[in-house]
Amino acid sequence: MKILKSLWAYRSFILGSVNREFQFKYKNSLLGSFWALINPLAMIVVYTVIFSQLMRTKLPGVDSSFAYSIYLCAGIFTWGLFSEITGRAQNTFLENANLLKKLNFPRLCLPVIVVINAMVNFSVIFGLFTLFLLISGNFPGLTYLALAPLLAILVTLAIGLGITLGVLNVFFRDVGQFFGIFMQFWFWLTPIIYPPGVLPPPVQDLMRFNPMASLIAGFQASLVAKQWPNWDSLTYPAILAVLLCMLGMHLFRTQAGDMMDEL
Amino acid sequence: MGTVTVTNLGKAFKQYPSRWSRFAEWLLPSHQPRHTLKWVLQEISFAVRPGEAVGIIGLNGAGKSTLLKMITGTTRPTTGHINITGRIAALLELGIGFHPDFTGRQNSILAGQLLGYSANEIAHLMPKIEAFAEIDDYLDQPVRVYSSGMQMRLAFSVATAHRPDVLIVDEALSVGDAYFQHKSFERIREFQKQGTTLLIVSHDKQAIQSICDRAILLNAGRLAMQGTPEAVMDYYNALLAEHQEQQLSQTQLPEGKLKTVSGTGEATIQEISISDSENNNLNVVFVGQKIHINILVSVNEDIDSLVLGCGIKDRLGQMMFGTNTFHTSQALTDLKKGENYIFTIACSANLGVGSYSIHASLVRNHSHIEKNYHWIDGALVFEVFNKDKIDFVGCNWNEMVFDIKTIKE
Repeated sequence: MKILKSLWAYRSFILGSVNREFQFKYKNSLLGSFWALINPLAMIVVYTVIFSQLMRTKLPGVDSSFAYSIYLCAGIFTWGLFSEITGRAQNTFLENANLLKKLNFPRLCLPVIVVINAMVNFSVIFGLFTLFLLISGNFPGLTYLALAPLLAILVTLAIGLGITLGVLNVFFRDVGQFFGIFMQFWFWLTPIIYPPGVLPPPVQDLMRFNPMASLIAGFQASLVAKQWPNWDSLTYPAILAVLLCMLGMHLFRTQAGDMMDEL
Repeated sequence: MGTVTVTNLGKAFKQYPSRWSRFAEWLLPSHQPRHTLKWVLQEISFAVRPGEAVGIIGLNGAGKSTLLKMITGTTRPTTGHINITGRIAALLELGIGFHPDFTGRQNSILAGQLLGYSANEIAHLMPKIEAFAEIDDYLDQPVRVYSSGMQMRLAFSVATAHRPDVLIVDEALSVGDAYFQHKSFERIREFQKQGTTLLIVSHDKQAIQSICDRAILLNAGRLAMQGTPEAVMDYYNALLAEHQEQQLSQTQLPEGKLKTVSGTGEATIQEISISDSENNNLNVVFVGQKIHINILVSVNEDIDSLVLGCGIKDRLGQMMFGTNTFHTSQALTDLKKGENYIFTIACSANLGVGSYSIHASLVRNHSHIEKNYHWIDGALVFEVFNKDKIDFVGCNWNEMVFDIKTIKE
């Protein structure tokens, strides 16, 4: 409660930092924030034109020519949000060491800034994607609403993991290095660019333990198959997300003092 | 109202023999700690009353910055408590968090947000910040084209845009040109008048003596002394030469002044007196009077070089004037044990009315850092009265001749 209150008091700093980071990216460019649109647009074009039009990749069981493109975007963009939050959160304390050492402000502002930043980037890219769904006549309708709870679980999971890693990374830089490699394996071990059916059955069984697998499957179900996600399969990621958040906060609270000495 | 109360404060850093031992300590929490504590501050207790100005001095590594960091809250104390009432602002390192690619205005807004101001407050303060920084149209240029002085001006203006209840100043102020230094000190003084409690770290004797009511000396992580800025500064000066084997003592003179004596003792000052040109001893001097300062020195060991320094300090301990025999090219060489010398320094007491003291020192070369034989502050106190000069103010007598003419149209 106290933490939330102090974060609220620093809301103008948080929003200012988010705004500044966004501006900074396009500061010295002629087209400015136009680039923020061009980049994701290019990605969507690559996934749709190359896979659905040139390679004519088809998703088993779905007839639409855009199905595989939508499947890809549903997985890659949401994975991107997850990996941006965890990746940036684990470095945020190290990157802002100077600020932390000299000024007294609620330190949890930093991961909050990371989350908001990632969400801003995500909304731009996902907004364009939604526009594409509407134009190409593939908008899923009501099941689009399933995105809200799915995203909530995903962001909670990401930030819990991010803060935990962020604190550990201050003491053991190996964590950052290791997690970079770990994310590569994790990405390819999650059915994002391939359908889960291609995995051998024993591996498919193990996917139960991969929280991202059920989350991504949820996104894909609601956007591609226009079905509601399998809510039962989301219990485990949701509980894990809350536990990780608690672990992160606990680590942060007990180690904050030592962390400042180590930075 | 701003108060700072520090009780039995201590700070230790954990030191691990290797990177793996911290890892082991985390994984096997039941085991004994694998780290050793390195204490950088111990048993610090002091209280600063509302509106008081306290200077913190100490050699490099004495723990001043760590203490300030704990007071501002960026570092957590290992033992003890800090109790602060009122809003605190710190000028620790100015310009921290400035981003070179953003304009001064954008950076000031962000710096203000970092201090917890709302967007509205900042918009309200912006004209004040702009006016105080005096960097004109640079304000809308990226900070990377600023000189370091301009950055400092802007950062100082932002940090002091609001009067805090407690203001903490690290040596940040020593940058910037003389004009801005004056201006910033003026602002700090203004805050002080309005009731801001000040905590200042500085090596600048004049800054400490002119602003602070009290000084605290830290030495090797402990509170070595608390007292009037003058007494603490004198002790600090003596500490500077402490790594030589020498004696250091402070005694209270009857007039309430502190006399500080230090030195290794190869040569000692036996006697100091002031006399007029007819050799009559004086303890009252008139403005502008020609005086002789007589210093009797004995040599206790064979030494190769001896320089006598002599000067007059005012009641705040500020040096009015002084020089030494190194600068006058009169350093003595090859002195033998048992020799005695009498130095007579002739000068005019071109001083303002008030109480003054003689400072005298015997050193090997031109500064006391290298080798300090004997050092006396506040050795002889004398009063200066105005007998035959016109009334004047200030600490220095200088005859002013007014020539007045009417201008005819």
